[in-house]
Amino acid sequence: MGLAARYLEEHGIPTVVFGCARDIVERCGVPRFVFSDFPLGNPTGRPYDLESQRVVVQLGLDLLASASVPGTTVVTPYEWNTDHSWKERIFTSTQPFLDAQATEKWLAAKEEYRQLRQKGEL
Amino acid sequence: MAVSHVRYIDKTRDYYRAEGYERAYEWAHFETIPFTPFAALRKPLAQCRVGLVSTGEVIRRDVDPPPDDPRRLVYALPTDLPAEWFQSRKAAYDRYATTLEDVDSFLPLTHLRRLADEGVIAGVTARFQVIFSEYSQRKTLTLDAPAILHQMREDGADVALLAAV
Repeated sequence: MGLAARYLEEHGIPTVVFGCARDIVERCGVPRFVFSDFPLGNPTGRPYDLESQRVVVQLGLDLLASASVPGTTVVTPYEWNTDHSWKERIFTSTQPFLDAQATEKWLAAKEEYRQLRQKGEL
Repeated sequence: MAVSHVRYIDKTRDYYRAEGYERAYEWAHFETIPFTPFAALRKPLAQCRVGLVSTGEVIRRDVDPPPDDPRRLVYALPTDLPAEWFQSRKAAYDRYATTLEDVDSFLPLTHLRRLADEGVIAGVTARFQVIFSEYSQRKTLTLDAPAILHQMREDGADVALLAAV
């Protein structure tokens, strides 16, 4: 997603990236970034919370106009939970990131992609 | 918020190493960042059409989902449908901590339409784009990003919001 934002920006379209993985987005380097310290999945506000969604989207629009230098990050004012243990549990063996079916699908897709690439179809 | 954000780069490296993958994923990294100042558009936000991109593997609820495309190419869906008519079929999110059931939490269609009604923005482009989170940075740069730019230009997007699930 960061790469796509960079590409649009190189071609004259100002962008804002919304995301929950701050280290990944900032390592890539995007022009403007609205960071939600939420679990992966809800970059534009808490589910079923119209107010937080409204605020996050507005932060992005404000950032579009206000950012004067590339690589500007704005942090949303929301905390997912006072209990931060979800941050410890993500990507651990007790919580497999993908379930067995999704893992199988991912590996199959990866292999299919590799073959298409070899055949020059991608 | 004393607790710091999750270090996903470190966490995923350790996680996949423990799963038996020897080569760590090389996350994209650039020394410089491109920048188009908003002022370069020479018009206020209220006259800007907003494009929208999601990694949410979004599909419509009201029609049969398309079969999985192994090429995982960028595709587009109309923005003039209620958010509830869409759903995500993405598996890669924190399924233990949250949900993708509320589309507006990762694809702010309802909010952008409201902002258009309020005159804050000129409107939303007729389509939003879905891009897959890719293994291949080469594919993202040579196929996906150009496809998004092409559609954004066709749809008259002045600015773009990209929301990463």
